[in-house]
Amino acid sequence: MPPSANTTTAETDLHVEEVEVRGHIIDSLIFPKILDCICAGGGSFRIKNISIGQTHSDPSHALVEVRAADEATLARILGQIADHGAVPVAASDCRLEPADVEGVFPEGFYSTTNQRTEIRIAGRWTPVENQEMDCGIVVDAKHGTACCLPMSEVRLGDPIVVGHAGLRVFPEQRARDAEAFAFMGSTVSTEKPKAIAIRAIAHQLFDNRRANTKTAIVGGPAIIHTGSGPHLEQLIRGGYVDLLLAGNALATHDIEQAMFGTSLGAYLDREGLAEAGHEHHLRAINRIRRAGGIRKAVDAGVLRSGVMYECIQHNVDFLLAGSIRDDGPLPDVITDVIEAQRQMRVKLQGVGFCLMIATTLHSIAVGNLLPAWVKVVCVDINPSTAIKLSDRGSFQTAGLVTDVAPFLRALVEEMAVLDSSMATR
Amino acid sequence: MDRPAHVLMCPPECYGIEYEINPWMSRRRGADPQVATDQWHKLRALIEAAGATVSCLRPVKGLPDLVFTANAAFVYENLVVLSRFHHAQRQPETPLCRAWFAEHGFRVHDLAAPGSFEGAGDALFCGDTLFAGYRIRSDVLTHQEIGELVGCRVVPLELVDANYYHLDTCFCPLSAESAIYFPAAFDEYGLRALREWIPDLVAVDAEEAARLACNAVVLGKTVITGAGCPDLHRQLRDRGFAPQETPLGEFIKAGGSAKCLTLRLDGEDAAAWCG
Repeated sequence: MPPSANTTTAETDLHVEEVEVRGHIIDSLIFPKILDCICAGGGSFRIKNISIGQTHSDPSHALVEVRAADEATLARILGQIADHGAVPVAASDCRLEPADVEGVFPEGFYSTTNQRTEIRIAGRWTPVENQEMDCGIVVDAKHGTACCLPMSEVRLGDPIVVGHAGLRVFPEQRARDAEAFAFMGSTVSTEKPKAIAIRAIAHQLFDNRRANTKTAIVGGPAIIHTGSGPHLEQLIRGGYVDLLLAGNALATHDIEQAMFGTSLGAYLDREGLAEAGHEHHLRAINRIRRAGGIRKAVDAGVLRSGVMYECIQHNVDFLLAGSIRDDGPLPDVITDVIEAQRQMRVKLQGVGFCLMIATTLHSIAVGNLLPAWVKVVCVDINPSTAIKLSDRGSFQTAGLVTDVAPFLRALVEEMAVLDSSMATR
Repeated sequence: MDRPAHVLMCPPECYGIEYEINPWMSRRRGADPQVATDQWHKLRALIEAAGATVSCLRPVKGLPDLVFTANAAFVYENLVVLSRFHHAQRQPETPLCRAWFAEHGFRVHDLAAPGSFEGAGDALFCGDTLFAGYRIRSDVLTHQEIGELVGCRVVPLELVDANYYHLDTCFCPLSAESAIYFPAAFDEYGLRALREWIPDLVAVDAEEAARLACNAVVLGKTVITGAGCPDLHRQLRDRGFAPQETPLGEFIKAGGSAKCLTLRLDGEDAAAWCG
């Protein structure tokens, strides 16, 4: 079977082992024989690397990922191809060292990526849970499990993975998403057509709601400043949002516009600045603080509209993380950044799609916490936001350079089309 | 033959069917020592008549298969890669072979690769390529090590019929471009590789293959086989070779014929490096 015909099965074959084949594997047809043997045994393969010898004394070398649907099949295939000279690459377990200081990894700790990772414990490949970049890996020897651990969470004696032995990383195959977000490509450009991109995002939100997959929105205050709050409210009411991650500013100006009709003192429904409008956001924060928080303000009838109001009314989970320039802040804002990260990690579990709108700080913060297989779309008037996300390792980010208001308006229109087409069916 | 050939043999004083490690062997069908001795001496005479010098290992009681010197080692110029026998019964042969080669000025190499390796029985040059039989007696990784050691192309050939457990029971290079083979002993990959690399292949039929026709000693144009291989002999004569036959039935009982009873110390004529 030619290699290209094999990729369809690889998706479902979760048990994996890398093997190495050396020698005159092409001349002797040993290599095709091994590949055929893998397929005949019910497995699939991916050639990860191959170098072909140029002269008769120059042997070839190939690195092949062998996959099978279950461990027994994989073991049988590995046994068969070993007879033809295919040798498993990782023969050793990962190395562990106990943490000797609280909040500190042992020197030489393995620093994680956001890609799917497995470690070998007692001869078995074990998936690393809570995949996140820039962490270490802690092993639970009793249960034979492993998970990513942020530096600040390290406890004395935690067994931490050191070095690269007994570790393997599976980069996301971007080609899989070709039909969904390929139009955005890897580069961020202001020159690309927006309509197709927005339609794809609409479909993603729609599919997620139908499949019960969580969608997170990371939003900046520009959503409110530009008068686009009602569009976001509509998405919340439509059940398209499961989690809102933002800062003090988005919530404050949303509440300000709910109470005073202004955002940063500027009217949203007409031109001009309100008299003493610069005080509005502080007065809004003050009222929420007096009420004891956003939920209590909604319950008391103090807050009666807006994005935060809709979140409370529709049970949409939210998390507001603070920053040094915050006014107030609102009582709901978590001002301890480590604690905010900790809670974001918990809330982001199970998120399948993340739409980041007009915020650099929160987009990067959330991007850092997401595994590479969570789709991310970053919408910003400034191309540098999406570029920064990619540069910091969130390679899966698709960037859309546009103003927030037309984006959200078009998105809501697309959602309405999808909703009505469902209704007529 | 334009150079004096040097062949290692071992007189059959201690030969017999004392155990069963291949489908040919049966202790109920033992070898006749007298007939075996007679057959061995006739073979030796033919080899010497073809111009070769014969050196001999000293027979050792309890090591009946020491007579099959082809499996002692793989020889490349002054380098000897000692065998690591698959079966425990033959493993005590190795120290004796090591001593003999060291005494006779060869550089002895012990394989680092895991697995077994049975010398020239499973590793034969045809031109500049080393054809290597694996799966039954030799493991494929050992051949890779030899390829790296010698710097030659190695074409591993899986042996798929237990009756043809060593490559030299189903394949015999005649020259740098031609070889005798028994197709049914190989799988499709092996056959394709052989056809790709050897321009002239002389196929042996099943009947003659079962008389170990492929287990031939090649000395220049002289090709010595056991008796009863007329079709192969005709094909060899057509190609300008001078085939000779000699009865070797007592050794065929153990799964070996002319080639198994010899080890070419100066390299086979078919090997490009010997030219």
